[in-house]
Amino acid sequence: MSIVDWFANKEKRRPSSKKLNIPGDLWVKCLACSEVLFLKDLESNFKVCPKCAYHFRISPEERLKFLFDADSFEETNAGIGPVDFLTFTDTEAYADRIKRAQKKSGVKDAVRTGRALLKGKAVNVAIMDFGFMGGSMGSVVGEKITRLIEAGVENKHPVIIFTASGGARMQEGILSLMQMAKTSAALSRLAAVSVPYISVVCDPTTGGTSASFAMLGDVNLTEPGTLISFAGPRVIEQTIRQKLPKGFQRAEFLLEHGMVDRVVPRCEMRQLLFDLVMLLDPHGAEI
Amino acid sequence: MKTLAFEAPLQELYEKIAQLKQLSLEGDVDLSREIERIEARADTLKKTIYTDLSPAQVVQISRHPNRPDSSSLFRLILENFIELHGDRAFRDDPSIVAGVGFLKKHRVMVIGHQKGHDTKENIYRNFGMPHPEGYRKALRLMKMAEKFSMPIVTFIDTPGAFPGLGAEERGQAEAIARNLREMAGLTVPVITVVIGEGGSGGALGIGVSNKVYMMEYAVYSVISPEGCASILFHDAAKSDVTSKSLKITATDIVALGVADDVIKEPLGGAHYDWEAAAASIKKVVLKNLNAYKKITDVKKIQEERYMKFRKMGQFSE
Ligand SMILES: [Zn+2]
Repeated sequence: MSIVDWFANKEKRRPSSKKLNIPGDLWVKCLACSEVLFLKDLESNFKVCPKCAYHFRISPEERLKFLFDADSFEETNAGIGPVDFLTFTDTEAYADRIKRAQKKSGVKDAVRTGRALLKGKAVNVAIMDFGFMGGSMGSVVGEKITRLIEAGVENKHPVIIFTASGGARMQEGILSLMQMAKTSAALSRLAAVSVPYISVVCDPTTGGTSASFAMLGDVNLTEPGTLISFAGPRVIEQTIRQKLPKGFQRAEFLLEHGMVDRVVPRCEMRQLLFDLVMLLDPHGAEI
Repeated sequence: MKTLAFEAPLQELYEKIAQLKQLSLEGDVDLSREIERIEARADTLKKTIYTDLSPAQVVQISRHPNRPDSSSLFRLILENFIELHGDRAFRDDPSIVAGVGFLKKHRVMVIGHQKGHDTKENIYRNFGMPHPEGYRKALRLMKMAEKFSMPIVTFIDTPGAFPGLGAEERGQAEAIARNLREMAGLTVPVITVVIGEGGSGGALGIGVSNKVYMMEYAVYSVISPEGCASILFHDAAKSDVTSKSLKITATDIVALGVADDVIKEPLGGAHYDWEAAAASIKKVVLKNLNAYKKITDVKKIQEERYMKFRKMGQFSE
């Protein structure tokens, strides 16, 4: 549903952090407070504005670098790629959209999964990529998330999933919807073997992704200012024909309404994730 | 009864028949042969219209205001439907109707999206678009069914979960997500029939089932054709295109492995004959209840449901 908003705002959308990586692009304007920032400073501050604490959207690679032990990520199922099985065409063929997104990103689809170390502790980790077709969930995202969770059922290491997604991928029709069921079903098996699942809901997470694994963490964490919704703000405004209150569907709003456990500044995320998995994991060795 | 645009020629014939009948009464003339002739023409036309429907036309039928609703079907199918209310946390959501009853000899829990047939009813039912408390009511009763070893039958008929302020505040996403996970683990069989509109996550929220059936003129889609058209073409009127490309009709959904089979509707659609539609549904549900009655190992039921959804998705590797 709320991928509607993403497409509608495509033109005025915030520039992705990738764009900031263009060589020579040494200065960045904060998207919230307009402060001009030296890119190096921004990066050394986890891509958080030193002046107003605005959290820039970051790529899966940046998240791995910021949060997990250096070079510890062992990627799994990187070879799974999307197929245009409905030969879906709108203003552009889905097959061409895929090719374009793959060329731009160098990856096959909108999530990376694998094993990584968090201060020496092994975890199963998935990181969604909003830069790849709006992080939309089709068969590939659903399959990779499901396999990651199933790996957790087997190896008993905690599962941590970072979501960033506009929802289901329309170009895969009903099968994209069914990924919600597939991933959630896998989580019921993970729960049955008491392996902790921590969902880190990143900006933005909406539609079918929020209405499946994103909201199902034993612990749900999020970063300040993150948009988290089922229906996007524009759809709701059209439905109820009134302006939405300030801060509606943002991280702090969800905390207030009991939908997430904590709003965590990015610089504190690594330590908190470590503390949580050590505390919750009944299978891990004691310290 | 509301006439769909493509049924207009048929409606004309029906009106003509009514006129002739009136005339023969008033004028005391025998027009029976003429009436029979037009009735035969109407039957032929109806068959012609309904054998070659476009997906966009099927969408219209699936949303027909006179289509049988969940609550009426429960009353037609069960011996004694007892409705149960409320999520025990916030309120009773009239967009979801649920309760218990006997289907022949089987004790069953039934749950369905509930639309209205006129404006007043639809406002009360919120056009069949549940709030989180609707999904929580459904889950409460599914857990009760599990406790008492009752098979669950769900009817899907919704444009989608309601996109509104209160719905977001109370966790629409969480409510649906929880249902998906909890339904996956249920120890009792779940049989679902998409009776009208299967709209997105709001539909799936009561649809993680062992068996899924599509009524002949029902649709099941990740997004409404209009919503999809307004995103991809910036023009909701292009929904005739997206209703094709999204592959949402009963035969498409079966072909994609999401539904097990199609339940035939009376000629012209379920809205012409509720009893006939209910009888067809009852037959299929009963067949399944009889089959599941023989499965005593709950692990088999869980495994079957898990594998059904586990297989969904197409990708290269
Ligand atoms: Zn700033």
